[in-house]
Parts: sequence; structure tokens; C-alpha cells
Amino acid sequence: MLQRAPLPRTYTDFLGRKLFLFLLTAEGIAAFALITLGVIFKKLNVASNVIHPMIRYEISRAGVRLLPMFLFVAFVLGFLVIGQTVSVAAQYGAVNYIGAVMVTVIIRELGPLLAAVLALARVGAAYVIELGTARASGEVEALEASGVDPVHYLIMPRVIGITLGVFSLTVYLILASVGSGYLCVFLQDVPLTPGDYFAELAGSLSAMDFALLALKACLFGFFIGIVTCYHGLAQPLRVEDVSRRAIRATSQCIIVCVLIDAFFFLFYLAP
Amino acid sequence: MKENPTTEETAPLPIEMAGVDIGAMLDPDFIVLKDIKWSVAAGEFWVVGAPQSSGKSDFLMTTAGLIPPVAGCYKFFGRETRIFDESRLDDRLRAGFVFERAELFHYLTVAENVSLPLRYHKNLETGEAAKAIDELLELAELKPLADVTPENLPQSWQKRAALARALVMQPEILMADNPLGALDARHSFWWLRFLDELVRGHPWLGKKPMTVVATTDDFRPWRGSHRQFALLKDKRFMIIGSWNDVLSSEEPLVKELLSEPIRDAVEPPKSH
Repeated sequence: MLQRAPLPRTYTDFLGRKLFLFLLTAEGIAAFALITLGVIFKKLNVASNVIHPMIRYEISRAGVRLLPMFLFVAFVLGFLVIGQTVSVAAQYGAVNYIGAVMVTVIIRELGPLLAAVLALARVGAAYVIELGTARASGEVEALEASGVDPVHYLIMPRVIGITLGVFSLTVYLILASVGSGYLCVFLQDVPLTPGDYFAELAGSLSAMDFALLALKACLFGFFIGIVTCYHGLAQPLRVEDVSRRAIRATSQCIIVCVLIDAFFFLFYLAP
Repeated sequence: MKENPTTEETAPLPIEMAGVDIGAMLDPDFIVLKDIKWSVAAGEFWVVGAPQSSGKSDFLMTTAGLIPPVAGCYKFFGRETRIFDESRLDDRLRAGFVFERAELFHYLTVAENVSLPLRYHKNLETGEAAKAIDELLELAELKPLADVTPENLPQSWQKRAALARALVMQPEILMADNPLGALDARHSFWWLRFLDELVRGHPWLGKKPMTVVATTDDFRPWRGSHRQFALLKDKRFMIIGSWNDVLSSEEPLVKELLSEPIRDAVEPPKSH
């Protein structure tokens, strides 16, 4: 059993230890991601009568069931972002930039990130607890004893479900935010017709935006699935460890999402 | 102690261990059993006794290919085995495993738990597996509890469901981890009778005799001339032999597993 060493006395030792643990975790998560991808490509249609209903259930759980909450958040988000933008832009007569602000803030950045964080809070944390409890109570060994591949049965449906769920919810969140953004413009008597508003949006968007948005949302969902499932399933744990694992998985998911977001930002910086 | 009985059958033995060391599941570096030499012929019924926390579960899980042996040579039906990975699925399905705490999937009903391996391996819809599952539930007297989830079941019925799940793929060998633990007399009797039927050849298995390995922390319920007994003591695997050998054994741990110290403590000494 791996034992934690006593807390180091110096900051450099402390940082070194943290870095070492980070690298170990990153290695484990990367290996787990590759294994899961291998299973998805190799076994997507194996035991389809058992696995496909589970995939549909997970898509519903990580997507459809979260829709009401996402629509509410999207409505408020669009209202807040455009409301704040209008209040500032109107002072400088720059209401023509509302579309550009919408694209930059919501479509490129806030929409996918917020969708990922909300999906993490509502579904990802539950994955760690479900899988961690199953692992701690021996259910995973029972699956193995029955010849059922735990990655195929437990992980694959969840990872596919949350990947497609986050992607779909990001799209709905953006569409609803754009709609509520115009509602805010309308209520504040800004002289902007719907045609002008959507023309501004379209003018600020490029084909690259759609491609990057889809890729980013899918990567957010995929890595939330991988990190949460890794912490729930990949290592033996006891029931008392489950809550700690859930906290650690949630923190790491947020870090991974922010890092992915920062990586995508480089594409936007490119001329 | 007796030598391990050998067979002259040409068919590979279900279990052959030579110099096998076994590590704990949660800490493979911690050796719970050393240098096991043991073989099991088809149709034999073995009972392996040890007090709690002696490594019974680790031993049985290694035998079932769920955790790899730390050292030595373990052959399962003649093929050297460390752990049953994907390429050894056929071998995996030759063994059924009943966990001590049943370990049913908590989100599935009893019927769904039992049918999962069958549906998964044969890619069946729920309805397609229903006939076989009904038959198996009937055998385990679980039919009225088919739609109940495990947390709403007493441990004794959970264990029966785990047994039904272990048998659903019609394995050739059954490994049961302390199956009589925490059972009342009625359930214990049912288990002993059912395991004997399996060894004799149960209709569910096409009347083919099954090999059974069970662990226990109490030898008393297992008395019977057709069973063979072994002991885990001080990280060693010791073969005792038949029930008569158990009764005549001078090994203190055997006496302990026959509850003789308790009986002596409870019964007043006979007056002369």
C-alpha cells in the first residue's frame, strides 16, 4: 500500500512533491483515457443489447435531464452579459459591438466552460461517487468475476454520455444565451433590430469558431468523464475515501478544462 | 497431514498450484500465503478453512484469476494463469464466483443481477434471457424476490442471488467465499444441499458434476465424507484430507475451526 510521506519541511520540497504527484496523476489519467478510447473503438457494438441502452441513459442523464437548468442559466447569462455590455457600450455609442462581445464572451469562452462546469457539478461528481462506491463495495470485482469488462460496462457509456451531453448542452446554452441577449437589448430600447443583431453575430463568427467550439465542448465532456471515472474506478479504494476522491476529481476536472480552454485560446491568437 | 491426492486423468486439472505466493488484494506487496502446492481434480469438493482475516478471500480471488499470484506457477485447466484478462474470457467463464458479501450490483434488481452476465456475453435482450433466468431464480427460490433491489434483501437472500449469478453461465467450477457466513440454519442447510447437488451433477449444468471450492471459518457445518479439507495457517496452505482426518487432526487451528475451545468453555467438565 502506498503510504504518504510526512509533510515536507521546506516549500521547495512541498512543491516538488506536489509536482511529482501531479505527474503521476497525469500519467494515470492519460493511460486511462487511452484505454477507454481503445474500448470505445473496439467494443462500441459488443453486447449492444446491454450497452447501448446504457449509453442512451447516460446521454439522457448528462444531457436531456440537465436541459431545464441549462436553459435557465443560459437565459440569465445572456441577460447579464448583454445587459452589462449595453450599459457600457451605450455610453460610447458602441452598441454595434454587442454581437462581437456575444461571440467572444459566450460562444468562444463562457458558454463551453460554463456548460462543462455545470455538467461536472451535476453529473461528473455523481460518477465519482457511484463508481467509487461500486469499487469500494467490491461490485467491480464482481463484474470482473462475471467476465464483464468494467471499462466497457461502467466507463464507456458514461464517457460517451457526458461527451455528447456537454456538447449538446453547450449548443443549447449558447443558442438560449444569444436569444436572451437580444431580449435584453430589446428591453433596454437599444436601437438594434433582430436582423442587425444576428448579422453582427454572423459577422463576428467564422467557420473556425464552429469547429473549435465543437472540439472544445467534446474535449471538456470527454475529460470530465475520464477524470471522474478514473478517480472512481481506476484504483482500489475504501468507502471512506470516496468523498475525498470526489473533491479531488472535481478540482482536477476544473484544472483540465481551464488548461484545455487556454490551449484553444492559442488558436484565437493566431493571425 | 496427508499428501495432496493425485489423479491420473488425462484431462487437465481444474486447479494446479506449485509454489504459489498470494498477495493481499488491497496491498499486493503484503504476502498472505506462501508456497502453495495444491491441485483439484474435476468433480472434487474442497473446503478451505481459516479464521477471519487469514487471507481466505485473497486466496480464492487469486484462484479465480481476479488477482494475480505474486510468485509460483498456477495452472487453471492446464493453462498457466496470472489473471484472466480479455484473452482468457473463455477460462474466466469456466469459473463461477460467489463473494462473501454477495457484491450484487446495487442499482439492479435480483433478476437483472442474475441475468447481466448472460445478457452481456450472449448479447440478449431482457426478454430473451427471461426463460433461463426464471428457471435459475426458481432453483434458488428467488422468484418472489426477482424485482427487489439488493439493499432491500437480507444478506442470506443476497448470497443466493450471488450464487444464481455465478451459475448463470453454467461454469465448470464454483468458488464460494465463506458461503455459510452469517447464514441461519435454514439457509445453511439449503446451501449445503444445493452445493452437493452441483457436485453430483445438477440438471442446470446438464447433470455434469461441478467442482466446488468453498472457504469457511467454521468446519462444523461442512461435515461429510465426500468433501476434502484444507487449512490456511501462518501463511501456509495445509491439506488435511477427509472429514475423518479433520476429526482426528491434532492441529490446534482445526480444533478451533471445529469450535472445540468454545465447546470446552461452555460445557461443564464431566464428573467422574
